[in-house]
Amino acid sequence: MSPELEPDVADESKKKKKKKAEAKDPQAPAPPTLDVPAPALESKDKEKEKEKEPPASGGRLSRLRFKKKDMPGGLWLKCPDCARMIYRKELEEKGHVCPSCAFHFTLPGRERVSSFLDPGTWEEMFADLTGLDRLEFKDSIPYAEKLERTVKKTGQNEALICGTGRVDGRPIVLAVLDFKFMGGSMGEVVGEKISLACDIARTRRMPLVIFTSSGGARMHEGMLSLMQMAKTCAALATLNDAGGFSICVMTNPTTGGVTASFASVCDLTLAEPSALIGFAGPRVIASTIRQELPPGFQRAEFLLEKGQIDCIVKRDDLRETISTLIDYGTAAWEKYPAARESDRAETELDERRTEAEANGNGSHERGAVDAEVTE
Amino acid sequence: MVGMADETRKPDGGPGMAFEREIHDLEDQLRELEDLSKRTQLDISSEIDSLKAKLADKLQATYDDLSAWEQVNVARHSERPVTGDYIANVFDDFIELHGDKAFGDDPAIVTGFATLAGRRLMLVGHRKGRTTKDRLQCNFGCAHPEGYRKAMRKMRLAEKLGIPILTLINTPGAYPGIGAEERGQAAAIAENILGMFHLRTPIVVVVIGEGGSGGALGIGVGDRVLMMQYAYYSVISPEGCAAILWKDGERTPDAAEALRLTAPDLSGLGLIDDVITEPLGGAHRDPEIAYANFRETIARHFDELSAVPIDELVRDRRAKFREVASIEGRFPVIA
Repeated sequence: MSPELEPDVADESKKKKKKKAEAKDPQAPAPPTLDVPAPALESKDKEKEKEKEPPASGGRLSRLRFKKKDMPGGLWLKCPDCARMIYRKELEEKGHVCPSCAFHFTLPGRERVSSFLDPGTWEEMFADLTGLDRLEFKDSIPYAEKLERTVKKTGQNEALICGTGRVDGRPIVLAVLDFKFMGGSMGEVVGEKISLACDIARTRRMPLVIFTSSGGARMHEGMLSLMQMAKTCAALATLNDAGGFSICVMTNPTTGGVTASFASVCDLTLAEPSALIGFAGPRVIASTIRQELPPGFQRAEFLLEKGQIDCIVKRDDLRETISTLIDYGTAAWEKYPAARESDRAETELDERRTEAEANGNGSHERGAVDAEVTE
Repeated sequence: MVGMADETRKPDGGPGMAFEREIHDLEDQLRELEDLSKRTQLDISSEIDSLKAKLADKLQATYDDLSAWEQVNVARHSERPVTGDYIANVFDDFIELHGDKAFGDDPAIVTGFATLAGRRLMLVGHRKGRTTKDRLQCNFGCAHPEGYRKAMRKMRLAEKLGIPILTLINTPGAYPGIGAEERGQAAAIAENILGMFHLRTPIVVVVIGEGGSGGALGIGVGDRVLMMQYAYYSVISPEGCAAILWKDGERTPDAAEALRLTAPDLSGLGLIDDVITEPLGGAHRDPEIAYANFRETIARHFDELSAVPIDELVRDRRAKFREVASIEGRFPVIA
């Protein structure tokens, strides 16, 4: 989908970890692509290219395109928006929000979970699901190896973290896309975990809250990754039929196949301030239409103005705002304690199927057609 | 969307069709011989026959051993039948219905009532155009949000009327532009994907040429997903993939190979349900055969679907995409 992101804006924490790792082990050879998860994060070539190019959009937000290397390592870093030097510890204490201009740095997945939920309420689910290189994708490093390295580096098995917890006492299902795992890209496991989160929300009758930061579909899984857009929407459709309630918070950056599927069709679409949100990446658009992009193009404020999102919520206010929204979203739930009509219909259908299969009539039509075609 | 299709394709099929040069030479020779025979009344039928046999052999050999990238170029061939050709040659009639009744009428997606061998349908298809003027006018098949919203509007009408839906996919991708983003390109596609899972009427999807990523999937959710034999369907264009992975346009053929985007590949993965056979050398070489196969296959699938109760149909559609090509037992099941 749209891998054209601005990684320098997005993944500040990654830099930090890399620096730390290097400091600890100076002998370690710098793995060339380990820190360049495709499709979103790009190598130096692209950065060089970018340096030559004038910023695509003017004004204040164009300064978001500062290079990572402009920031001194160690204890201090420079805000890509207001260029102020920030003490790293201070930034972390402020929830990765610039104390001077309130620029929202991309939050690592685990920190999102711990800062959003009530302490001690998090129960992670499906953490063991891992990606497979089913296409045996031929990149410079095999995808299987890239996955393995990313798992090792990030300490988690995939780009999506999901589970249950409480927000100001309200039980929710939470799903968080972590940009540091291959640019938060959606492959089979991410799509499956979003779908499973929908299932949990439906069966346990809990609101679903999703945080996204993603470059889109994961190219290395080819059409299997494109199909996750459909899969996640299928799960959401069933959640909707059961009267579920879903909120998606788009954070910097959310583009491509993630924006063009589950993230855009939750009941409410929120965004963090100045988050880059779009279908195609800004550089793809600029190179297609060969003209300068308007100031602030594809930022949350721009989308709000164009009527594309429900509201922008500052990181500090997320817990309170979402708690209130959940109260509205679930206010009528008590009136419908039982499963809805569609649920009952499905259960009956299931029973009929099980019976049919028991009687030996369970051959699946699609399977039969597939066999014919593959021959 | 990354890597739009080459917009400067030549009438002979474009630069990507160089692998057919020998075939073209034989075809030219055959045409000359046939002209000669007509003009001079000379009996050269044996020469003509042997040239025809040679041409058939060459075509067979070339197409038996088609690389993924060559196949992408066949799918993009400038003479390959487009939605307009199917409308004119496959259906008994067609009444176009315009507009999303909100913003505008996107020429890159055509919608309307159509009849296929006596079956009334709602037809939704990407429109690429044939002449340069047409192509420019409909953005080479790259739809805007209003196109996807028009499609959804007409599909909802079909549902209300109890008419099945047929969608024809032929796009390099959804249009990447300022207006498209302002009007919510991603949301329009997402709404369609979600909406198609709710539609209580049978849906058959056919990729007739290019299946370009989200722009294709925006009208691509159905009870049956079929592909023409030489169509391709991919998460990203081979050009875009090569640019990202290797920053090298020369490696586009490698990207095409790696992405596994051909009908046989996707069929093997279980991502598509059926392949519609094309004449040897692509649908454009003998469109009538392609149209006949198309008509017969689509009619069969609609007939099968019409026998399924609607609740079951919608449920199966969701289950089909939910389980899409996943390895059995790999993922947990939440009842």
